[in-house]
Amino acid sequence: MRYVDEFRDSELTKILVDRIHRVTKHPWVIMEICGGQTHSILQNGIDQLLPKEIELVHGPGCPVCVTSLELVDKALAIAAMPNVIFCSFGDMLRVPGSGKDLFSVRASGGQVRIVYSPLDAVKIAQANPDKEVVFFAIGFETTGPANAMSVIQAKALGIKNFSVLVSQVTVPPAMHVILGSPQNRVQGFLAAGHVCAVMGYWEYPPIAEKYQIPIVVTGFEPIDLLKGILVTVEQLEKGSHIVENAYTRVVSYEGNQPAQTILKKVFEPCDRNWRGIGLIPNSGWKLRPEFANYDAELKFKVSDIHTQESPICISGQILQGRKKPPQCPAFGAQCTPEYPLGATMVSSEGTCAAYYRYAREEMSS
Amino acid sequence: MCLAVPGKITEITPTPGALMGKVDFGGVIREVCLEAIPDAKIGNYVIVHAGFALNILSEEEAQETLSALRELGDIEGELAIGLDPMGL
Repeated sequence: MRYVDEFRDSELTKILVDRIHRVTKHPWVIMEICGGQTHSILQNGIDQLLPKEIELVHGPGCPVCVTSLELVDKALAIAAMPNVIFCSFGDMLRVPGSGKDLFSVRASGGQVRIVYSPLDAVKIAQANPDKEVVFFAIGFETTGPANAMSVIQAKALGIKNFSVLVSQVTVPPAMHVILGSPQNRVQGFLAAGHVCAVMGYWEYPPIAEKYQIPIVVTGFEPIDLLKGILVTVEQLEKGSHIVENAYTRVVSYEGNQPAQTILKKVFEPCDRNWRGIGLIPNSGWKLRPEFANYDAELKFKVSDIHTQESPICISGQILQGRKKPPQCPAFGAQCTPEYPLGATMVSSEGTCAAYYRYAREEMSS
Repeated sequence: MCLAVPGKITEITPTPGALMGKVDFGGVIREVCLEAIPDAKIGNYVIVHAGFALNILSEEEAQETLSALRELGDIEGELAIGLDPMGL
C-alpha cells in the first residue's frame, strides 16, 4: 500500500462513475470547498465523467486567493525594506497587490525567497542573524500547525530576527457566508479532507443541520473525489443531510489533537477580511499576545496602505461559487496566469487558473 | 495549497525546538516535522503538508475503502446483468 496509485485505479473509477450515474435522478449543485480539489477535479476530468444533472461549483478554499489585499500590500512593503529577507510559499509571489506583486519586488532588488516549509524560514533566520526574516504565514487550518510550529521553534531556539505576517483563515465561517446568502445555489458540500485531517469534522454537524445540507469529508485522489460525490448525491436523492466521512484513511472525527494543541498555543480567533468576499466575523486566527515579538505587523509598522482592486476582476463571485471563470470577460484575454488581474488566476488552487490550465472554456449555466 | 502528500518515515530525530524526521516520497527524501504525531514509528506512512506531518495514514481504513468499492463493483455488475435480458 503506497496510498497513491491505489486511489487512481481506473476500474474503481468506472465502478464509482457508473454508480453515480445510476443513483442520480435530479439536478444537484455540489461545491468542493478546497482549491486543491478543484484542480484535481479538472485535471482528472472528473467534471466530465459526471451525469449532466450534477454541477460542481468551486469554493473559496484557496488561501492565496482570499488573503486580503491589505495584507498583500503590507507584504510588498515589508519585502521591499532593505534589511529584510521575505519568505513565502511560491504561490504567493504572483498574487497581484495594488499595482505590483512579490516577483516585481524581487526584480527591483528585494530579497524574496520561496520556501517549502515555514520551518525553512526559521533556518534562514538562523543563518542570517544580521537580517530580519519575515514569513508570510497564509493558510487554512491545514497550514496552521506548520505556521504555528515556526513560531514555537523560533522562540525555543531564541531566534529574535524572525517574524510572521499572519493570514490564517478557517473554513466553517465561510460555509456559513455561502449558505446564508440569498444567492446561494449550493445543495451539498465536499468538505476539505486535509483541513479535516487537522480539525476533524465535529464542527460541521451544526452547519449540516442549520442549512439542511449534506457535508461529506472528501480526499484529493480521483477515487476519493468520486466517492465524496457519490455519498453526497446518495444523501441528496434520499433527502438526507448529515455529515459523512469519505476519507477515513486520513481523517477522524476529532482530528489531530496534538496539531490542535499547537494551534491553540500560538493562535487565537479573530475577524478576517477575505479578498473578494469581505469581512467574515471570527473567520481566522492571529498570534496570541505572548507571541507579539514574532508578529511582523507589529515589528514593521506599515501604514499608508491604499488598496485598489482591479475593476474588471470578478474573483469574489468566483470564490463564492456564484459565477464560473468563462463568465468573466477578462478570462484568458486580459487575465492569464502570466498576467493575473485577480488572485483566482494565480496558484495551484485558484479556480480561474484551473479552468485556464485544463481548458474549460465552455460557458456554464 | 492544502495538498498533502503521503510518504514513509525513514528516520525520527528529536531536535531542539521540534520533533523532526525524514520522509521518503517515492524516492525523494525530505525533512518533516513530526510534532503532531508523537507516536509515529519508522515505516509508518504519513500525510505531509508544508513540511509538517498532519496524520499517520490508516492502512486498515484504506484497505476497507478499496474492498468496499470492489464489492460495490460486484453489485453494480449484477445489476447491469439484471437490467439486460440477454445477460450480456
